[in-house]
Amino acid sequence: MKFRAKMIDVGCLNHFTRVVNTIAKLTKSCVLRLTADNLYFVLSGKVASGGVSMWCELLQVNFFDEYQLEGVSAEANEICLEVSPENLSRALKTAQNAKSVKVKLTKKHCPCLTLAAELPSLSSISRAVTHDIPVDVIPRRLWHDFKEPSMPDFDVSIYLPPLKTIKNVVDRMKNLSHYLVMEANLNGEMNLKIETDLVSVTTHFKDLGNPPWGDDASQSRDPEEMAYARVDIRKLQQFLIGQQVNPSKAMCNIVHKKILHLILLHEDVSLQYFIPAVA
Amino acid sequence: MPLSTQSQAGDEQYVLVASLDNVRNLSNILKAITFREHAIFNATKNGLKVTVEDSKCLQANAFIQADIFQEFTIKEDSVGFQVNLTVLLDCLTIFGGSTVPGVSTALKMCYNGYGYPLTLFLEEGGVVTVCKINTQEPEEPLDFDFCSTNVTNKVILQSDSLKEAFSELDMTSEILQITMSPSQPYFRLSTFGNSGNAHYDYPKDSDMMELFQCTKTQTNRYKMSLLKPSTKALALSCKVSVRTDSRGFLSLQYLVRNDEGQICFVEYYCCPDEEVEEE
Repeated sequence: MKFRAKMIDVGCLNHFTRVVNTIAKLTKSCVLRLTADNLYFVLSGKVASGGVSMWCELLQVNFFDEYQLEGVSAEANEICLEVSPENLSRALKTAQNAKSVKVKLTKKHCPCLTLAAELPSLSSISRAVTHDIPVDVIPRRLWHDFKEPSMPDFDVSIYLPPLKTIKNVVDRMKNLSHYLVMEANLNGEMNLKIETDLVSVTTHFKDLGNPPWGDDASQSRDPEEMAYARVDIRKLQQFLIGQQVNPSKAMCNIVHKKILHLILLHEDVSLQYFIPAVA
Repeated sequence: MPLSTQSQAGDEQYVLVASLDNVRNLSNILKAITFREHAIFNATKNGLKVTVEDSKCLQANAFIQADIFQEFTIKEDSVGFQVNLTVLLDCLTIFGGSTVPGVSTALKMCYNGYGYPLTLFLEEGGVVTVCKINTQEPEEPLDFDFCSTNVTNKVILQSDSLKEAFSELDMTSEILQITMSPSQPYFRLSTFGNSGNAHYDYPKDSDMMELFQCTKTQTNRYKMSLLKPSTKALALSCKVSVRTDSRGFLSLQYLVRNDEGQICFVEYYCCPDEEVEEE
Protein backbone atom coordinates (compact mmCIF):
# COMPACT_ATOMS: atom_id res chain seq x y z
CA MET A 1 0.00 0.00 0.00
CA LYS A 2 1.52 3.25 -1.05
CA PHE A 3 0.26 6.76 -1.61
CA ARG A 4 2.11 9.95 -2.37
CA ALA A 5 0.98 13.08 -4.15
CA LYS A 6 2.29 16.58 -4.72
CA MET A 7 0.58 19.87 -5.31
CA ILE A 8 2.52 22.87 -6.68
CA ASP A 9 -0.06 25.24 -8.11
CA VAL A 10 -1.34 27.70 -5.53
CA GLY A 11 -4.75 27.85 -7.20
CA CYS A 12 -5.13 24.10 -6.85
CA LEU A 13 -3.99 24.30 -3.27
CA ASN A 14 -6.57 26.97 -2.44
CA HIS A 15 -9.28 25.05 -4.21
CA PHE A 16 -8.40 21.85 -2.39
CA THR A 17 -8.34 23.73 0.91
CA ARG A 18 -11.82 25.09 0.26
CA VAL A 19 -13.16 21.63 -0.49
CA VAL A 20 -11.61 20.22 2.68
CA ASN A 21 -12.96 23.15 4.75
CA THR A 22 -16.43 22.47 3.39
CA ILE A 23 -16.16 18.80 4.32
CA ALA A 24 -14.83 19.74 7.77
CA LYS A 25 -17.95 21.83 8.40
CA LEU A 26 -20.17 18.91 7.43
CA THR A 27 -18.69 16.13 9.49
CA LYS A 28 -16.20 15.39 12.25
CA SER A 29 -15.02 12.21 10.65
CA CYS A 30 -15.32 10.70 7.20
CA VAL A 31 -13.71 8.25 4.85
CA LEU A 32 -11.14 9.37 2.33
CA ARG A 33 -11.19 6.93 -0.53
CA LEU A 34 -8.26 7.11 -2.92
CA THR A 35 -8.33 5.54 -6.37
CA ALA A 36 -6.08 5.93 -9.37
CA ASP A 37 -8.21 8.74 -10.80
CA ASN A 38 -10.23 10.15 -7.98
CA LEU A 39 -10.35 11.22 -4.38
CA TYR A 40 -13.60 10.79 -2.52
CA PHE A 41 -14.78 12.06 0.82
CA VAL A 42 -17.51 9.73 1.97
CA LEU A 43 -19.89 9.66 4.87
CA SER A 44 -22.24 6.69 4.89
CA GLY A 45 -25.59 7.10 6.58
CA LYS A 46 -24.82 5.54 9.94
CA VAL A 47 -27.11 6.09 12.88
CA ALA A 48 -24.23 7.83 14.68
CA SER A 49 -24.16 10.56 12.06
CA GLY A 50 -27.93 10.96 12.23
CA GLY A 51 -28.46 9.05 9.01
CA VAL A 52 -26.89 11.79 6.93
CA SER A 53 -24.67 10.63 4.11
CA MET A 54 -22.29 12.50 1.90
CA TRP A 55 -20.38 11.82 -1.29
CA CYS A 56 -17.78 14.25 -2.54
CA GLU A 57 -15.84 13.43 -5.67
CA LEU A 58 -12.63 15.09 -6.90
CA LEU A 59 -10.60 14.30 -10.01
CA GLN A 60 -7.01 13.92 -8.85
CA VAL A 61 -5.48 15.35 -12.06
CA ASN A 62 -7.22 18.66 -11.40
CA PHE A 63 -5.40 19.10 -8.11
CA PHE A 64 -2.16 17.15 -8.08
CA ASP A 65 0.95 17.44 -10.20
CA GLU A 66 2.27 14.12 -9.04
CA TYR A 67 0.05 11.28 -7.90
CA GLN A 68 1.20 7.74 -7.15
CA LEU A 69 -1.07 5.11 -5.76
CA GLU A 70 -0.57 1.45 -5.05
CA GLY A 71 -3.72 0.01 -3.58
CA VAL A 72 -4.08 -2.98 -1.29
CA SER A 73 -3.80 -5.31 -4.29
CA ALA A 74 -3.64 -5.20 -8.06
CA GLU A 75 -7.35 -5.97 -8.54
CA ALA A 76 -8.43 -3.64 -5.74
CA ASN A 77 -6.20 -0.72 -6.54
CA GLU A 78 -7.47 1.69 -3.94
CA ILE A 79 -7.07 2.80 -0.34
CA CYS A 80 -9.74 3.73 2.19
CA LEU A 81 -8.82 5.85 5.20
CA GLU A 82 -10.88 7.13 8.07
CA VAL A 83 -9.79 10.71 8.66
CA SER A 84 -10.86 13.80 10.54
CA PRO A 85 -11.35 16.47 7.86
CA GLU A 86 -10.87 19.12 10.52
CA ASN A 87 -7.27 17.94 11.08
CA LEU A 88 -6.69 18.03 7.37
CA SER A 89 -8.17 21.50 7.16
CA ARG A 90 -5.96 22.74 10.00
CA ALA A 91 -2.87 21.31 8.35
CA LEU A 92 -3.74 22.98 5.06
CA LYS A 93 -4.17 26.31 6.83
CA THR A 94 -0.46 26.50 7.59
CA ALA A 95 0.26 25.56 3.99
CA GLN A 96 -1.63 28.51 2.53
CA ASN A 97 1.29 30.12 0.70
CA ALA A 98 3.36 27.00 0.29
CA LYS A 99 5.53 26.51 -2.76
CA SER A 100 4.55 22.88 -2.73
CA VAL A 101 2.58 20.47 -0.59
CA LYS A 102 3.32 16.77 -0.46
CA VAL A 103 0.77 14.30 0.89
CA LYS A 104 2.01 10.87 1.83
CA LEU A 105 0.66 7.81 3.59
CA THR A 106 3.19 6.98 6.28
CA LYS A 107 3.63 4.57 9.12
CA LYS A 108 4.69 6.41 12.26
CA HIS A 109 3.45 5.32 15.68
CA CYS A 110 0.20 4.77 13.82
CA PRO A 111 -0.81 5.13 10.17
CA CYS A 112 -0.66 8.80 9.20
CA LEU A 113 -1.33 11.06 6.32
CA THR A 114 1.79 13.17 6.33
CA LEU A 115 1.40 16.60 4.86
CA ALA A 116 4.68 18.34 4.15
CA ALA A 117 4.54 21.97 3.07
CA GLU A 118 7.51 23.82 1.72
CA LEU A 119 7.02 27.44 2.61
CA PRO A 120 8.55 30.41 0.80
CA SER A 121 11.64 31.75 2.49
CA LEU A 122 13.76 34.87 1.96
CA SER A 123 17.02 33.13 2.67
CA SER A 124 18.45 30.12 0.91
CA ILE A 125 17.42 27.84 3.77
CA SER A 126 14.04 26.37 3.06
CA ARG A 127 11.25 26.34 5.60
CA ALA A 128 9.17 23.25 5.87
CA VAL A 129 6.12 22.38 7.95
CA THR A 130 5.13 18.78 8.40
CA HIS A 131 1.84 17.56 9.80
CA ASP A 132 1.17 13.96 10.70
CA ILE A 133 -2.54 13.35 10.65
CA PRO A 134 -3.48 10.03 12.22
CA VAL A 135 -5.78 7.91 10.07
CA ASP A 136 -7.38 4.50 10.29
CA VAL A 137 -6.86 2.22 7.36
CA ILE A 138 -10.16 0.58 6.56
CA PRO A 139 -9.93 -3.12 5.76
CA ARG A 140 -11.22 -4.29 2.43
CA ARG A 141 -14.12 -6.26 3.87
CA LEU A 142 -15.73 -2.96 5.00
CA TRP A 143 -15.36 -1.15 1.68
CA HIS A 144 -18.86 -1.97 0.49
CA ASP A 145 -20.13 0.81 2.76
CA PHE A 146 -18.27 3.41 0.76
CA LYS A 147 -19.51 2.88 -2.77
CA GLU A 148 -21.12 5.69 -4.68
CA PRO A 149 -24.73 6.00 -3.59
CA SER A 150 -27.17 5.26 -6.33
CA MET A 151 -29.39 8.09 -7.45
CA PRO A 152 -32.57 7.73 -5.44
CA ASP A 153 -35.80 7.25 -7.32
CA PHE A 154 -36.90 10.80 -6.63
CA ASP A 155 -40.34 12.29 -7.11
CA VAL A 156 -39.23 15.84 -7.83
CA SER A 157 -35.92 17.33 -8.85
CA ILE A 158 -35.45 21.09 -8.71
CA TYR A 159 -32.69 23.69 -9.04
CA LEU A 160 -31.98 25.47 -5.79
CA PRO A 161 -32.16 29.25 -5.37
CA PRO A 162 -28.95 31.04 -4.26
CA LEU A 163 -27.63 29.13 -1.25
CA LYS A 164 -27.09 32.40 0.65
CA THR A 165 -30.82 33.14 0.49
CA ILE A 166 -31.73 29.64 1.69
CA LYS A 167 -29.15 29.91 4.44
CA ASN A 168 -30.60 33.19 5.76
CA VAL A 169 -34.09 31.73 5.81
CA VAL A 170 -33.03 28.44 7.36
CA ASP A 171 -30.97 30.23 10.03
CA ARG A 172 -34.07 32.14 11.19
CA MET A 173 -36.32 29.13 10.94
CA LYS A 174 -33.91 27.18 13.10
CA ASN A 175 -34.48 29.72 15.89
CA LEU A 176 -38.17 28.93 15.69
CA SER A 177 -38.36 25.19 15.09
CA HIS A 178 -36.41 21.93 15.14
CA TYR A 179 -37.88 20.56 11.95
CA LEU A 180 -38.38 21.97 8.52
CA VAL A 181 -40.43 20.80 5.56
CA MET A 182 -38.89 21.24 2.15
CA GLU A 183 -41.35 20.76 -0.68
CA ALA A 184 -41.11 21.23 -4.41
CA ASN A 185 -42.98 20.46 -7.61
CA LEU A 186 -42.21 20.10 -11.31
CA ASN A 187 -43.41 23.63 -11.93
CA GLY A 188 -40.18 25.14 -10.56
CA GLU A 189 -41.69 25.98 -7.18
CA MET A 190 -40.11 25.22 -3.84
CA ASN A 191 -41.31 26.01 -0.32
CA LEU A 192 -39.56 25.94 3.03
CA LYS A 193 -42.00 25.55 5.91
CA ILE A 194 -41.97 25.37 9.65
CA GLU A 195 -44.86 25.13 12.03
CA THR A 196 -44.89 25.35 15.82
CA ASP A 197 -47.38 26.24 18.53
CA LEU A 198 -46.33 29.87 18.24
CA VAL A 199 -45.85 30.47 14.57
CA SER A 200 -46.03 29.06 11.07
CA VAL A 201 -43.65 30.35 8.42
CA THR A 202 -43.54 29.49 4.72
CA THR A 203 -41.01 30.84 2.26
CA HIS A 204 -42.03 30.49 -1.39
CA PHE A 205 -39.50 30.28 -4.21
CA LYS A 206 -40.67 30.15 -7.79
CA ASP A 207 -39.29 29.95 -11.35
CA LEU A 208 -36.43 27.77 -10.19
CA GLY A 209 -36.59 25.29 -13.03
CA ASN A 210 -36.42 21.52 -12.94
CA PRO A 211 -33.30 19.71 -14.16
CA PRO A 212 -33.93 17.49 -17.21
CA TRP A 213 -33.12 13.96 -16.14
CA GLY A 214 -34.79 12.40 -19.17
CA ASP A 215 -37.08 10.57 -16.85
CA ASP A 216 -40.48 9.32 -18.06
CA ALA A 217 -41.94 8.85 -14.62
CA SER A 218 -41.68 12.54 -13.83
CA GLN A 219 -43.43 13.48 -17.05
CA SER A 220 -46.61 11.77 -15.97
CA ARG A 221 -46.59 13.65 -12.69
CA ASP A 222 -48.92 16.59 -12.11
CA PRO A 223 -46.57 19.63 -12.30
CA GLU A 224 -48.38 21.30 -9.41
CA GLU A 225 -48.17 18.36 -7.05
CA MET A 226 -45.71 18.86 -4.25
CA ALA A 227 -43.29 16.23 -2.99
CA TYR A 228 -41.98 16.94 0.48
CA ALA A 229 -39.54 15.79 3.12
CA ARG A 230 -39.53 16.83 6.76
CA VAL A 231 -35.96 17.02 8.02
CA ASP A 232 -33.93 17.96 11.06
CA ILE A 233 -33.28 21.64 10.46
CA ARG A 234 -29.75 21.47 11.97
CA LYS A 235 -28.67 18.99 9.32
CA LEU A 236 -29.80 21.25 6.53
CA GLN A 237 -28.18 24.22 8.23
CA GLN A 238 -24.91 22.34 8.59
CA PHE A 239 -24.93 21.65 4.88
CA LEU A 240 -25.54 25.32 4.10
CA ILE A 241 -22.90 26.63 6.52
CA GLY A 242 -20.24 24.58 4.78
CA GLN A 243 -20.78 26.15 1.38
CA GLN A 244 -18.05 28.68 0.86
CA VAL A 245 -18.34 29.08 -2.89
CA ASN A 246 -21.47 29.36 -4.94
CA PRO A 247 -21.55 26.20 -7.02
CA SER A 248 -22.12 26.34 -10.77
CA LYS A 249 -25.16 24.14 -10.24
CA ALA A 250 -27.11 23.35 -7.10
CA MET A 251 -30.09 21.07 -7.10
CA CYS A 252 -32.27 19.07 -4.84
CA ASN A 253 -34.03 15.77 -5.36
CA ILE A 254 -36.91 14.91 -3.11
CA VAL A 255 -38.11 11.39 -2.49
CA HIS A 256 -41.53 12.03 -1.02
CA LYS A 257 -41.47 11.63 2.78
CA LYS A 258 -38.17 9.73 2.56
CA ILE A 259 -35.09 11.67 1.65
CA LEU A 260 -33.65 15.02 0.66
CA HIS A 261 -30.81 14.61 -1.82
CA LEU A 262 -28.77 17.77 -2.36
CA ILE A 263 -26.28 17.98 -5.20
CA LEU A 264 -23.72 20.71 -5.75
CA LEU A 265 -21.61 20.80 -8.87
CA HIS A 266 -18.50 22.91 -9.18
CA GLU A 267 -16.37 22.60 -12.30
CA ASP A 268 -14.33 19.69 -11.05
CA VAL A 269 -15.87 18.82 -7.71
CA SER A 270 -19.25 17.33 -7.00
CA LEU A 271 -20.85 17.09 -3.60
CA GLN A 272 -23.89 15.04 -2.77
CA TYR A 273 -25.59 15.19 0.58
CA PHE A 274 -28.44 13.00 1.77
CA ILE A 275 -30.70 13.99 4.64
CA PRO A 276 -33.23 11.38 5.75
CA ALA A 277 -36.79 12.54 6.34
CA VAL A 278 -38.35 12.24 9.77
CA ALA A 279 -41.98 11.51 10.42
CA MET B 1 -45.62 45.87 -6.12
CA PRO B 2 -45.50 42.10 -5.76
CA LEU B 3 -46.85 42.08 -2.24
CA SER B 4 -50.19 43.58 -3.19
CA THR B 5 -50.91 40.54 -5.32
CA GLN B 6 -50.22 38.24 -2.43
CA SER B 7 -53.24 38.80 -0.24
CA GLN B 8 -55.69 36.12 -1.21
CA ALA B 9 -59.09 37.30 -0.15
CA GLY B 10 -58.43 41.02 -0.40
CA ASP B 11 -57.79 43.31 2.51
CA GLU B 12 -61.42 43.87 3.55
CA GLN B 13 -61.32 41.15 6.18
CA TYR B 14 -58.45 42.72 8.10
CA VAL B 15 -58.93 45.19 10.93
CA LEU B 16 -55.34 46.29 10.59
CA VAL B 17 -53.11 46.47 7.52
CA ALA B 18 -49.68 48.07 7.63
CA SER B 19 -47.11 48.02 4.83
CA LEU B 20 -43.48 49.02 4.76
CA ASP B 21 -41.09 49.14 1.80
CA ASN B 22 -38.20 48.53 4.16
CA VAL B 23 -38.86 46.19 7.05
CA ARG B 24 -35.78 47.47 8.89
CA ASN B 25 -37.76 50.57 9.81
CA LEU B 26 -39.82 48.33 12.05
CA SER B 27 -37.38 45.57 13.02
CA ASN B 28 -34.64 47.95 14.15
CA ILE B 29 -36.88 49.83 16.52
CA LEU B 30 -38.33 46.60 17.92
CA LYS B 31 -34.82 45.36 18.64
CA ALA B 32 -34.41 48.40 20.87
CA ILE B 33 -37.09 47.08 23.22
CA THR B 34 -36.40 43.33 23.04
CA PHE B 35 -35.56 42.28 26.57
CA ARG B 36 -38.60 40.14 27.32
CA GLU B 37 -40.45 37.79 25.03
CA HIS B 38 -43.91 39.24 25.31
CA ALA B 39 -44.83 42.45 23.60
CA ILE B 40 -48.15 44.22 23.73
CA PHE B 41 -49.16 45.82 20.45
CA ASN B 42 -51.61 48.63 20.36
CA ALA B 43 -52.58 50.25 17.06
CA THR B 44 -54.59 53.40 16.65
CA LYS B 45 -54.97 55.67 13.65
CA ASN B 46 -51.85 57.52 14.84
CA GLY B 47 -49.69 54.46 14.48
CA LEU B 48 -48.33 51.53 16.37
CA LYS B 49 -47.23 51.37 19.99
CA VAL B 50 -45.34 48.33 21.18
CA THR B 51 -44.83 47.78 24.91
CA VAL B 52 -42.49 45.43 26.74
CA GLU B 53 -42.31 45.18 30.54
CA ASP B 54 -40.09 43.62 33.15
CA SER B 55 -40.73 42.89 36.83
CA LYS B 56 -43.37 45.62 37.11
CA CYS B 57 -40.43 48.02 37.40
CA LEU B 58 -39.47 48.68 33.83
CA GLN B 59 -41.49 49.49 30.78
CA ALA B 60 -40.31 50.16 27.25
CA ASN B 61 -42.50 51.62 24.54
CA ALA B 62 -41.70 51.96 20.87
CA PHE B 63 -43.82 54.30 18.79
CA ILE B 64 -43.98 53.90 15.04
CA GLN B 65 -46.17 56.64 13.63
CA ALA B 66 -48.68 55.81 10.91
CA ASP B 67 -46.86 57.95 8.34
CA ILE B 68 -43.71 55.83 8.63
CA PHE B 69 -45.73 53.08 6.93
CA GLN B 70 -46.50 53.24 3.21
CA GLU B 71 -49.96 51.97 4.06
CA PHE B 72 -51.64 52.04 7.45
CA THR B 73 -55.30 51.12 7.53
CA ILE B 74 -57.16 50.51 10.74
CA LYS B 75 -60.87 49.71 10.93
CA GLU B 76 -61.37 50.17 14.67
CA ASP B 77 -60.43 52.94 17.08
CA SER B 78 -57.92 50.73 18.76
CA VAL B 79 -56.58 47.27 17.96
CA GLY B 80 -54.62 45.39 20.59
CA PHE B 81 -52.89 42.03 20.79
CA GLN B 82 -49.88 40.38 22.35
CA VAL B 83 -47.22 38.39 20.49
CA ASN B 84 -43.87 36.79 21.16
CA LEU B 85 -41.39 39.50 20.20
CA THR B 86 -38.38 37.23 19.55
CA VAL B 87 -40.49 35.15 17.18
CA LEU B 88 -41.72 38.31 15.46
CA LEU B 89 -38.16 39.58 15.04
CA ASP B 90 -36.98 36.27 13.58
CA CYS B 91 -39.84 36.51 11.10
CA LEU B 92 -39.13 40.13 10.19
CA THR B 93 -35.48 39.33 9.54
CA ILE B 94 -36.17 36.05 7.73
CA PHE B 95 -34.14 37.18 4.72
CA GLY B 96 -31.19 38.05 6.91
CA GLY B 97 -31.99 41.74 7.46
CA SER B 98 -29.52 42.82 4.81
CA THR B 99 -27.98 46.27 5.19
CA VAL B 100 -26.76 46.30 1.60
CA PRO B 101 -28.08 49.47 -0.04
CA GLY B 102 -30.67 48.76 -2.69
CA VAL B 103 -31.64 45.45 -1.12
CA SER B 104 -34.57 45.69 1.22
CA THR B 105 -37.34 43.47 2.42
CA ALA B 106 -40.89 44.72 1.92
CA LEU B 107 -43.46 43.95 4.58
CA LYS B 108 -47.20 43.77 4.73
CA MET B 109 -48.58 43.11 8.19
CA CYS B 110 -52.22 42.13 8.62
CA TYR B 111 -54.36 41.36 11.64
CA ASN B 112 -57.80 39.92 11.41
CA GLY B 113 -59.00 40.67 14.92
CA TYR B 114 -59.33 38.89 18.23
CA GLY B 115 -58.28 35.24 18.11
CA TYR B 116 -56.59 35.47 14.73
CA PRO B 117 -52.85 35.25 14.09
CA LEU B 118 -50.76 38.20 13.06
CA THR B 119 -49.98 37.59 9.40
CA LEU B 120 -46.81 38.90 7.79
CA PHE B 121 -46.05 38.91 4.09
CA LEU B 122 -42.39 39.56 3.43
CA GLU B 123 -40.79 39.90 0.03
CA GLU B 124 -37.21 40.26 -1.09
CA GLY B 125 -35.90 39.69 -4.60
CA GLY B 126 -39.10 37.95 -5.72
CA VAL B 127 -39.06 35.46 -2.85
CA VAL B 128 -42.11 35.66 -0.60
CA THR B 129 -42.39 34.50 2.99
CA VAL B 130 -45.71 34.23 4.79
CA CYS B 131 -45.66 34.10 8.60
CA LYS B 132 -48.59 33.50 10.88
CA ILE B 133 -47.77 34.35 14.46
CA ASN B 134 -50.24 33.33 17.11
CA THR B 135 -51.56 36.19 19.19
CA GLN B 136 -52.68 36.34 22.77
CA GLU B 137 -55.08 38.58 24.58
CA PRO B 138 -53.17 41.77 25.43
CA GLU B 139 -52.38 42.36 29.07
CA GLU B 140 -53.05 45.80 30.40
CA PRO B 141 -49.71 47.67 30.35
CA LEU B 142 -48.61 49.23 33.62
CA ASP B 143 -49.48 52.85 34.05
CA PHE B 144 -46.40 54.59 35.39
CA ASP B 145 -48.46 57.75 35.74
CA PHE B 146 -45.50 59.77 34.57
CA CYS B 147 -46.88 63.12 33.54
CA SER B 148 -44.94 66.11 32.37
CA THR B 149 -46.45 68.39 35.02
CA ASN B 150 -44.74 66.39 37.77
CA VAL B 151 -41.35 66.44 36.09
CA THR B 152 -38.79 68.05 38.38
CA ASN B 153 -35.68 67.69 36.27
CA LYS B 154 -35.08 67.27 32.58
CA VAL B 155 -32.04 67.24 30.34
CA ILE B 156 -31.73 66.51 26.63
CA LEU B 157 -28.41 65.12 25.49
CA GLN B 158 -26.80 64.10 22.23
CA SER B 159 -26.84 60.30 22.44
CA ASP B 160 -23.15 60.02 21.58
CA SER B 161 -22.17 61.54 24.90
CA LEU B 162 -24.33 59.12 26.85
CA LYS B 163 -23.22 56.14 24.76
CA GLU B 164 -19.67 56.87 25.79
CA ALA B 165 -20.60 57.01 29.46
CA PHE B 166 -22.75 53.87 29.28
CA SER B 167 -20.06 51.88 27.51
CA GLU B 168 -17.66 52.70 30.31
CA LEU B 169 -20.08 52.15 33.19
CA ASP B 170 -18.84 49.82 35.87
CA MET B 171 -21.19 46.88 35.44
CA THR B 172 -20.12 45.37 38.76
CA SER B 173 -22.18 48.10 40.37
CA GLU B 174 -25.68 46.91 41.12
CA ILE B 175 -27.13 50.34 40.76
CA LEU B 176 -26.76 53.45 38.69
CA GLN B 177 -27.22 56.65 40.64
CA ILE B 178 -28.42 59.68 38.76
CA THR B 179 -28.05 63.13 40.28
CA MET B 180 -29.71 66.09 38.65
CA SER B 181 -29.38 69.52 40.12
CA PRO B 182 -29.69 73.20 39.22
CA SER B 183 -26.24 73.70 40.80
CA GLN B 184 -23.04 71.60 40.82
CA PRO B 185 -22.73 68.79 39.73
CA TYR B 186 -25.72 69.46 37.41
CA PHE B 187 -25.96 66.01 35.82
CA ARG B 188 -24.03 63.14 37.35
CA LEU B 189 -24.01 59.37 36.78
CA SER B 190 -22.46 57.36 39.61
CA THR B 191 -21.58 53.71 40.06
CA PHE B 192 -20.46 51.87 43.18
CA GLY B 193 -18.65 48.75 42.05
CA ASN B 194 -16.02 46.28 43.21
CA SER B 195 -13.15 48.45 42.11
CA GLY B 196 -14.45 51.66 43.60
CA ASN B 197 -16.87 54.46 42.93
CA ALA B 198 -17.08 56.37 39.69
CA HIS B 199 -18.82 59.60 38.79
CA TYR B 200 -19.51 60.94 35.33
CA ASP B 201 -20.35 64.63 35.34
CA TYR B 202 -21.87 66.59 32.49
CA PRO B 203 -21.50 70.37 32.69
CA LYS B 204 -24.75 72.08 31.87
CA ASP B 205 -23.22 74.27 29.18
CA SER B 206 -21.64 71.36 27.32
CA ASP B 207 -22.17 71.15 23.55
CA MET B 208 -23.67 67.75 24.14
CA MET B 209 -26.35 69.21 26.43
CA GLU B 210 -29.20 70.46 24.28
CA LEU B 211 -31.50 71.38 27.10
CA PHE B 212 -31.02 71.72 30.82
CA GLN B 213 -34.08 72.26 32.99
CA CYS B 214 -33.44 71.26 36.57
CA THR B 215 -35.48 72.82 39.31
CA LYS B 216 -34.48 70.81 42.35
CA THR B 217 -31.55 68.64 43.43
CA GLN B 218 -32.56 65.04 43.12
CA THR B 219 -30.56 61.85 43.60
CA ASN B 220 -32.09 58.51 42.66
CA ARG B 221 -30.82 54.98 42.31
CA TYR B 222 -31.89 52.58 39.60
CA LYS B 223 -31.09 48.91 39.22
CA MET B 224 -28.34 48.48 36.62
CA SER B 225 -29.96 45.25 35.42
CA LEU B 226 -33.13 47.17 34.61
CA LEU B 227 -31.34 49.96 32.78
CA LYS B 228 -29.11 47.62 30.79
CA PRO B 229 -31.72 46.86 28.08
CA SER B 230 -32.14 50.57 27.37
CA THR B 231 -28.61 50.69 25.92
CA LYS B 232 -30.02 48.97 22.82
CA ALA B 233 -32.25 51.97 22.26
CA LEU B 234 -29.42 54.33 23.10
CA ALA B 235 -27.22 52.75 20.43
CA LEU B 236 -29.83 53.47 17.75
CA SER B 237 -30.78 56.94 18.86
CA CYS B 238 -29.42 60.37 18.08
CA LYS B 239 -30.87 62.27 21.04
CA VAL B 240 -32.05 61.28 24.45
CA SER B 241 -34.21 63.07 26.98
CA VAL B 242 -33.66 62.14 30.63
CA ARG B 243 -36.43 63.13 33.01
CA THR B 244 -37.28 62.41 36.62
CA ASP B 245 -40.50 63.22 38.39
CA SER B 246 -41.23 64.13 41.98
CA ARG B 247 -41.42 60.42 42.95
CA GLY B 248 -38.00 59.70 41.46
CA PHE B 249 -39.36 57.75 38.50
CA LEU B 250 -37.05 57.87 35.50
CA SER B 251 -38.13 58.44 31.94
CA LEU B 252 -35.69 57.98 29.07
CA GLN B 253 -36.93 59.08 25.69
CA TYR B 254 -34.86 58.19 22.65
CA LEU B 255 -35.21 59.86 19.31
CA VAL B 256 -34.39 57.32 16.62
CA ARG B 257 -33.84 58.22 12.97
CA ASN B 258 -34.53 55.36 10.53
CA ASP B 259 -32.92 54.55 7.14
CA GLU B 260 -35.21 57.07 5.45
CA GLY B 261 -34.38 59.82 7.93
CA GLN B 262 -37.82 59.67 9.57
CA ILE B 263 -38.11 59.96 13.31
CA CYS B 264 -39.48 57.41 15.77
CA PHE B 265 -39.47 57.34 19.53
CA VAL B 266 -38.52 54.73 22.07
CA GLU B 267 -39.28 55.38 25.70
CA TYR B 268 -38.20 53.61 28.86
CA TYR B 269 -39.77 54.08 32.29
CA CYS B 270 -37.96 52.80 35.34
CA CYS B 271 -38.83 52.76 39.05
CA PRO B 272 -36.24 54.05 41.53
CA ASP B 273 -34.49 51.38 43.54
CA GLU B 274 -34.81 53.00 46.94
CA GLU B 275 -35.30 56.33 48.60
CA VAL B 276 -32.14 58.31 49.11
CA GLU B 277 -31.88 60.90 51.86
CA GLU B 278 -31.65 64.27 50.25
CA GLU B 279 -29.25 66.83 51.58
